[in-house]
Amino acid sequence: MASLWEYANPKKFIQTTDRLLPWFSVLAALTLVIGLIWGFFFTPDDFRQGSTVKIIYLHVPSALMAINAWLMMLVASLIWIVRRHHVSALAARAAAPIGAVMTVIALATGAIWGEPMWGTWWAWDPRLTSFLILFLFYLGYIALWAAIENDDTAADLTSVLCLVGSVFALLSRYAVNFWNQGLHQGASLSLDKEKNVADVFYHPLLFCIAGFVLLFIALVFLRTQTEIRARRMRALLARERLG
Amino acid sequence: MKALLLRDIRLAVRAGGGFGLGLAFFLIVVVLVPFGVGPDSELLAVIAPGILWLGALLSCLLSLDRIFALDWEDGSLDLLATAPLPMEGLVSLKAMAHWLTTGVPLVLASPLFALLLSLPVEGYLPLVISLALGTPALSVIGTFGAALTVGLKRGGLLLSLLVLPLYVPTLIFGAEVARRGAEGLDTGVPLAMLAGITFGAMALLPFASAAVLRVNLR
Repeated sequence: MASLWEYANPKKFIQTTDRLLPWFSVLAALTLVIGLIWGFFFTPDDFRQGSTVKIIYLHVPSALMAINAWLMMLVASLIWIVRRHHVSALAARAAAPIGAVMTVIALATGAIWGEPMWGTWWAWDPRLTSFLILFLFYLGYIALWAAIENDDTAADLTSVLCLVGSVFALLSRYAVNFWNQGLHQGASLSLDKEKNVADVFYHPLLFCIAGFVLLFIALVFLRTQTEIRARRMRALLARERLG
Repeated sequence: MKALLLRDIRLAVRAGGGFGLGLAFFLIVVVLVPFGVGPDSELLAVIAPGILWLGALLSCLLSLDRIFALDWEDGSLDLLATAPLPMEGLVSLKAMAHWLTTGVPLVLASPLFALLLSLPVEGYLPLVISLALGTPALSVIGTFGAALTVGLKRGGLLLSLLVLPLYVPTLIFGAEVARRGAEGLDTGVPLAMLAGITFGAMALLPFASAAVLRVNLR
């Protein structure tokens, strides 16, 4: 029985992800193309929001991935702290810029959507504010990785920062709720079907979300491979200089 | 432990770092605000709680990198790490020393600065209470940030980038207590939240700071 931890071996990881990467990339492209084209051109305009409602196909998936990327970093950091698999630390490092970009996409599409709907690009609404704070957390995390030269030290420190940051990000999320009432609507997707958006918008949205998830996985695979190879390169160069 | 605490406080006072400078910075922030927004005392009274909290937070931030930097440079941090005192105790003591030299003067001086910003009289007590309750959290969280960046040559800017997002909940509840107090509203709920954050941080964060410091001393 193959254990999950086998993939902690960098060689095995690269072999496996090499085989999986094309599948994930193609599937991500396919679902995104289907979801976006379906969403943009084959769904009706909302009776109040007009065609701006279609921003949902970018806004919701990117916001979802912005949070899930941090969760993935949290899990990877925990694995690094507990089991000290280098691939795990590198995967967390690889995911951070993707998560940061997702946060920016969510904020930007939100602003573009908010301007015609709420009459403002930005409001200090709890959801918007906590996303901005999440973005700051991403920035700090990435900056800490970049600032420390020793790889293991950097992995250790960023992992602890990720753990502590998660707690404080969660605290901030509820603190801002307390601090200001929001313009943003409540959750538009949930597993109990009562409150969901109408089916016409829901089905293409599911495709888009699946596309973003697949895209995220593909990008994390690719970037983790790059990190592994970059580290090997550095090790080789260092050895050459010595020998 | 007591000796270490006294030593840190003495160093901070004599080196002219934390004590006077933090307060002076706080004063400058408070003096600059009316230049920025105008001398209208009604407007100042409205923003005073927020400005005072922000000023306290920034002057706290100013002295954070000194918590470990000097001990790191002259090697006494390595000695302290090998001492029988557990690392968690060491970082708690460091945070306490930082609070005593930065937080406490800020708390004591805040009514005076509140006067400059024409805070209503009812607001004084809530302001002092909120600062007294909140600044220990700032010191403890800041110690974590300082422990993260202790090995870095130019860690100051990174330190602020790392620490400021962590300050968000403390700032929100602290400023909320001060604001509600100034408006004569009930301050119970944010005060309880602020106390929760402070005591939670004091209880749990030293473990993270100690872990990070151990990594940096490796």
